[in-house]
Amino acid sequence: MSEALASPADRPFVPVHARGERLEPAFHYACAAAATALFGAMIGLCIMLAWGGWPSISTFGIGFFTSTVWNPVTDIYGGASPILGTLITSAIALALALPLAFCTAVFLVEFCPNPLRRPIGIAVELLAGIPSIVYGMWGLFVFAPLFAQYIETPLMSWAPPGSIWERLFTGIPNGSGILTASIILAIMILPYIAATLRELFLSIPVRVRESAYGIGCTPLEVVWSVTLPYVRRSAIGAVMLGLGRALGETMAVTFVIGNSHRLPRGLFDSGSTISSIIANEFAEATSPMHMSALLELGFVLFLITFVVLALARALLGHGHSA
Amino acid sequence: MSAATAIFDRSGRRRVYNGVFVLLCMLATAIALVALAAILFSLLRNGFGGFGLSVFTEDTPPPGASGGLRNAILGSVLLCFAAMIAAVILGMLAGTWLAEYSRDGWYSRTVRFVNDVLLSAPSILVGLFVYVIAVRPLHGFSALAGALALALIAAPIVTRATEDVLRLQPRTLRESGVGLGTPFWIIIWRILWKAAAGGIITGALLAFARISGETAPLLFTALNNQFFSVNLLRPIANLPVTIFNFALSPYEDWQKLAWAGALLIAFAVLAINVLVRILAMRGKHV
Repeated sequence: MSEALASPADRPFVPVHARGERLEPAFHYACAAAATALFGAMIGLCIMLAWGGWPSISTFGIGFFTSTVWNPVTDIYGGASPILGTLITSAIALALALPLAFCTAVFLVEFCPNPLRRPIGIAVELLAGIPSIVYGMWGLFVFAPLFAQYIETPLMSWAPPGSIWERLFTGIPNGSGILTASIILAIMILPYIAATLRELFLSIPVRVRESAYGIGCTPLEVVWSVTLPYVRRSAIGAVMLGLGRALGETMAVTFVIGNSHRLPRGLFDSGSTISSIIANEFAEATSPMHMSALLELGFVLFLITFVVLALARALLGHGHSA
Repeated sequence: MSAATAIFDRSGRRRVYNGVFVLLCMLATAIALVALAAILFSLLRNGFGGFGLSVFTEDTPPPGASGGLRNAILGSVLLCFAAMIAAVILGMLAGTWLAEYSRDGWYSRTVRFVNDVLLSAPSILVGLFVYVIAVRPLHGFSALAGALALALIAAPIVTRATEDVLRLQPRTLRESGVGLGTPFWIIIWRILWKAAAGGIITGALLAFARISGETAPLLFTALNNQFFSVNLLRPIANLPVTIFNFALSPYEDWQKLAWAGALLIAFAVLAINVLVRILAMRGKHV
């Protein structure tokens, strides 16, 4: 479009805009530079984390991923427990949030009485807007004590000794730990997934759904055999987007996971995630190697979330902002 | 159960399954609503305990003394405004480039993809990045580094909003400018940006809401400050990090202030979100 306007020779007299015409390339370049700055930020993020983590990468090599030793005194670091902690909490959070988000989205699209549709939709979106530090405080001061009293303690005394349940429910029933972090994460990602799924369901042409109703399908059959297959690809993208959020979430997890460097032994045991360990230790890192190990963890988190988010975007396509 | 066999189901199983499904859907929505209500309720209950005029007039206290959050509130406002100025300029220009100058080149597709990834990239990584490029080389935490980190989080949101809303503008709007012989950048500046203002403002407000609660990227960029400071080259007090430190402290006064701060942030963010929806409903922007 700009080329069509570029040559002043086509237009006989435009003295008013002569000055404006000269500024056109400057504006164009400013816009291109801004776009390049965003691109550069992404590349820079990747390179700087790898560069900052290089001392640790070259010292510990592949052993970094298998070792659970995290010792700032002897300056020996292994990232297995935070990496595993990140993957476990996110997986549990997704497993909890996905069915809830799916059902919430279906409710809003299929069953919700019309006057309530907007308020409930907005309420779910507001849940997504609450800052993560508020979730963290709520998790630590309100949710964790209740969880310890009414869920953890009864479950631990119920679990028959020697069974798989006993192993699953080991830990200190003080309310913070892997499962608490996962539940808080699930509450956080639920509205993101629900909002995106709802948007997808609403994008389906009405006559597709109505024709399914027309041959006598129940709402369950419509959702399961028509709606879901129609948006399958994008729905997986929406779920990945939620997973990406869970993987990188920091503050909420830092409050409730218990922050220990061991591998968690059970669902109620304390643990750590990559982001929680960075949030706790980075500002007070004791040695250059300590800092470098944390940066390497950051680089690992970057790679994991980049793959997940890239897949999500590829599946969703452009046009979903949630 | 395929639809064809299901039609001849005389036992009513389909209806039962469907009933269970409807119940589950209601239950799931109820859980989401209860979670929201529970969070708001405990915010109000615990937050009002520490709330008072002193929250706005006194600085953060040492443990055991009385005080408020004045320095943290002002610091947060300063950080967010500095970040928003940078993010709006960067985001509007980048969004304009994506929508007007290069819609379908390979480079613009890459930038669009990168922007989409940045939209949901973990904010703590942005903090690490800014630490490596702006804090370590200058040997000190600073408000400027904090604002930079927040700007990097807000810019993709503004970019996205700008691009989306510019794409919605009718072609005739551009043609009318071209017809007058106006240079293209003046068409953008005087016509398109004005037509798109509602949507861009909405995007900027959402970005502002997002960064005003961000804690992770400030932990090791702006750090925190017990005292009142507006020096951009020194660590600056800010609400999220103050809340984080106070909430995890063993002192009851500090925890009370943390709740008051959390209440303040949460309701500011919710108010912006509601405002955005009202704007969107009125103008049908975005």
